[in-house]
Amino acid sequence: MDVRGWGWRHASRRAWAVERIDLAIEPGERVLLLGASGAGKSTLLHGIAGLLGGGEEGESRGEILVDGRPSDTMRARIGLVLQDPENQAVLARVGDDVAFGLENLAVDPSEIRTAVPAALDRVGLGGIPLDHSTSALSGGQKQRLALAGVLAMQPGLLLLDEPTANLDPDGVVQLRDAVLGSLDGRTLVVIEHRVSTWWHAVDRIVVLGSDGVLADGRPDTVLGAERERLAAAGVWLPPLDLTAPPPPVTMPAPPRVEADPLMTARSLSVGRRRKPFAATGLGFTLSAGSAMAITGPNGAGKSTTALTIAGLLPPAAGELVAGKSLRRGAGPSPHAWRSRQLLDRIGTVFQSPEHQFLAPSVRQELELGPRALGADTTAAARIAEGFAERLGLTHLLRAHPFSLSGGEKRRLSVATVLTASPSLIVLDEPTFGQDARTWGELVRLLREQLTAGRSIVAVTHDREVVDALCDVELRLTTPSSHAGGER
Amino acid sequence: MSFLETVRGDRRIHLINPVAKIAASALIGLALLVTIDPVSAGTALVLELLLVPFAGVPWRSLLLRTSVLIVAAPLTAVTIALYGPVSGRVYGTFLLATVSDGSLQLALSAALRVLAIGLPAVLLVATVDSTDLADGLAQTWRLPARFVLGALAGLRLLGLLAEDWQSLLMARRARGVADAGGLLGRVRFLGGVAFALLVLAIRRAGTLSLAMEARGFGGSGPRTWARPARFGRDEWLLVLLGAAIAVIATVAAVAAGSWNFIGAR
Repeated sequence: MDVRGWGWRHASRRAWAVERIDLAIEPGERVLLLGASGAGKSTLLHGIAGLLGGGEEGESRGEILVDGRPSDTMRARIGLVLQDPENQAVLARVGDDVAFGLENLAVDPSEIRTAVPAALDRVGLGGIPLDHSTSALSGGQKQRLALAGVLAMQPGLLLLDEPTANLDPDGVVQLRDAVLGSLDGRTLVVIEHRVSTWWHAVDRIVVLGSDGVLADGRPDTVLGAERERLAAAGVWLPPLDLTAPPPPVTMPAPPRVEADPLMTARSLSVGRRRKPFAATGLGFTLSAGSAMAITGPNGAGKSTTALTIAGLLPPAAGELVAGKSLRRGAGPSPHAWRSRQLLDRIGTVFQSPEHQFLAPSVRQELELGPRALGADTTAAARIAEGFAERLGLTHLLRAHPFSLSGGEKRRLSVATVLTASPSLIVLDEPTFGQDARTWGELVRLLREQLTAGRSIVAVTHDREVVDALCDVELRLTTPSSHAGGER
Repeated sequence: MSFLETVRGDRRIHLINPVAKIAASALIGLALLVTIDPVSAGTALVLELLLVPFAGVPWRSLLLRTSVLIVAAPLTAVTIALYGPVSGRVYGTFLLATVSDGSLQLALSAALRVLAIGLPAVLLVATVDSTDLADGLAQTWRLPARFVLGALAGLRLLGLLAEDWQSLLMARRARGVADAGGLLGRVRFLGGVAFALLVLAIRRAGTLSLAMEARGFGGSGPRTWARPARFGRDEWLLVLLGAAIAVIATVAAVAAGSWNFIGAR
C-alpha cells in the first residue's frame, strides 16, 4: 500500500482534515495508527479503503495506491471495520450478514456455506446459530460479527477503526485475539488510542499529526525516542505516561457526614420495560463532592441505571429519592421533574453524543444551557468559549456538531452538560475516543466539578477514569443482584 | 408488536418461496374481485377454512392476525346493508338508510369477500420473513439486487427508529428544552424531535451504505446468493392450489347463476 502526498477536505470545512500524508506499507505488516483526537485517522482509513466519494463529499489531493492501483478499484482486496458497530450489520440474520460480502464478490453459494461458519468460528461466534438476529447481539458480539463479515471476504488488507471502543476489558482481549488469530499474513492497519492493547502485536507504529506523519517505525523505537513529542501530541504511552497532565492525586475530602445525601437508592430495579429488569437490587448513596462509577460487562444494565438516576427513566421497582440539596424545591422523584428543573439539577451525557445535539453549530450548542438559565449573550459566549478552549474545540466553534470526529463529539457533549452547572452529572462512557491529552483535560474538568461540590455518576469501562475520579464503584453483573460498596 | 412477528417453523409451508405465497393469494383475490356475489366468495372461504390447519400458523396467532378481518367484515356488511343500492323487497327505511333484498345480498357478498381475500393473504404473509421475501423478489422475479437489498437493509433500521425517538426525547428533557407549554407548543416540540429523528435516520443510512460499500455492495459485477431461492414442486403446488380455489369459486358462481362482472347485471 502506498500513500503519496494524500490529503482530504470535507465539503463543509475550509481546513483540510488530513494533509500531506506519505506512507508506504509492505504486505504482511501490522501497523498501529495513532494520533491526536481529530487528527484525521478515520478519514485516512476510509481513504485507504477507497470509500471517500467524489465532488459533493469533499476533495482529495495526492493518491492512494493498493497493489499499485487506485484504492477505489481495489475494494475487494480491502476489508474495513467501521468505528460504530451498531450500523454495520446489514442483514437481519447473523449467517446472512456474514455471507453478504461474499455474495457481492459473486462467490459460489456452496463455498459461501462453508466460509460463513468458518469466519464466525474464527472470531469466537461459532456457538451462535446462523439465523440468530443481528440486533439481539451485544455490543462486543456486533463488533466481532462485523469482523467476521470482513474476514470471510479474505481481504489482503484489514483496516480496523477503534475496534475495541466501548467493549468491556474481557471483550477487548477477545476481539484483539480474534483479529490476531485470523491474520494469516494479512496486512493490518488498526486505529486505537490505547497503545497497550496492540503494543505487543504490531510491528510498526505510525503517528499522525496535524501536518502529515509525525513518527513512524518499530514500536519500541518510536515510543522510546520520541516520547516527549508523542506525549505532546496526546499519544497514550505504555505505561500510562505520567508527564501527560495527571489528575491530582489528593482528593478533596468528601463530606463524610451524609445527613443530606444528594440521592439515595434502596433495592432499586431499573428497566425500560416492566420485565425483565435490566438490573435489580441496587442500593447506593450519592453525596456532594463525590463520584460513583458504574462498571460491569456489556449488557449488565449500566446505561439503563444511569438513565434512571438521571431522572429520564422511571424506577422499575424500589426507591430512588433526591435529597433536599438536589431538589431545591422540586419533588422527591427526579423522574417527575419538569425538563427545565432537570437542567441545573441533573445533567446527562448520553452514550451516543448525536442524540443530544440541538444546535447547528458548536458555539450555539455550548451557549444553549447558559442561555436557558438566563445568562445574557456575552456571559453565555464567555462560558462557551471557556469550555471550548479547555477541551480543544475552539477551532471548531463554527462547525456543525455532526461534522466533528468521534472524540470531538464526545468532548462537546460533556461540555454542553457542564455549561449548565448541574449539581449531579451523569456520564455514559465520558472518555470514549480520547487521546491522552484530551483525556487528561476531561478528567481534570470533571474533578473540578467535584471540588466545586457537585457529584458525578460515570458509566465506564475505563479503569483509569475509575481510579482518577471515583470513590465509590457500583459493579453490575449479569443478571442477579448488585450492591454498591466503598472501594 | 410482537404478535406481528413472523411465524417461524420448519414445516413445508414455512420453507416455501414467499413469491409463490404472494402469487397464490393474488390469484384468489383476482377471481373474487371480478365478480361480486355471495356464492364465489362463500365457496372460496369454505375451501380456505379447510386449508387453515395446514397453514403452519398457531390458532392463537391466527386469531390475533385475523382480528382485523373479523371486525372489518361485519362492519362492511352493516354499512352496505343500510346504504347499498336498493332493489327487490324493502324491509325498512330510516333517514337515508334503506334495507332491501338488493342491499342485503350485496352486504353478504362484500363481507364474505373481505374474509375470503383477507384470510389467505394474512395466513400466507404470517409465515413470510422479509429476508426470504427479498431473496424471492431478487432471484425469482429478478428485481434489481441494489433495490431489493437496499430496501431490506433500510427495513432493519426501522426498528432502531423507535429507540432513537426515545433517546431523543430523553436527551431533550435532560437538556431542559422539553417543557413545551400548550398544545401548539407540544406540536412544535414533537415536530422538532421528528426532524432530528429524520436527520439521525439519514446519517444512519449513510453509515450503513458505507458499511455495505465497504463489503463490496453496489459494484457493477455479478452477485451470487448464498441461499438460492427455489421455485420448485412445492411452490408450483401452492400456486396451483390458489388457482384451484379461484377456479372452483368462479365455476360454482357461474353454475349458481350469480356470477357477474363487478356487480353488473
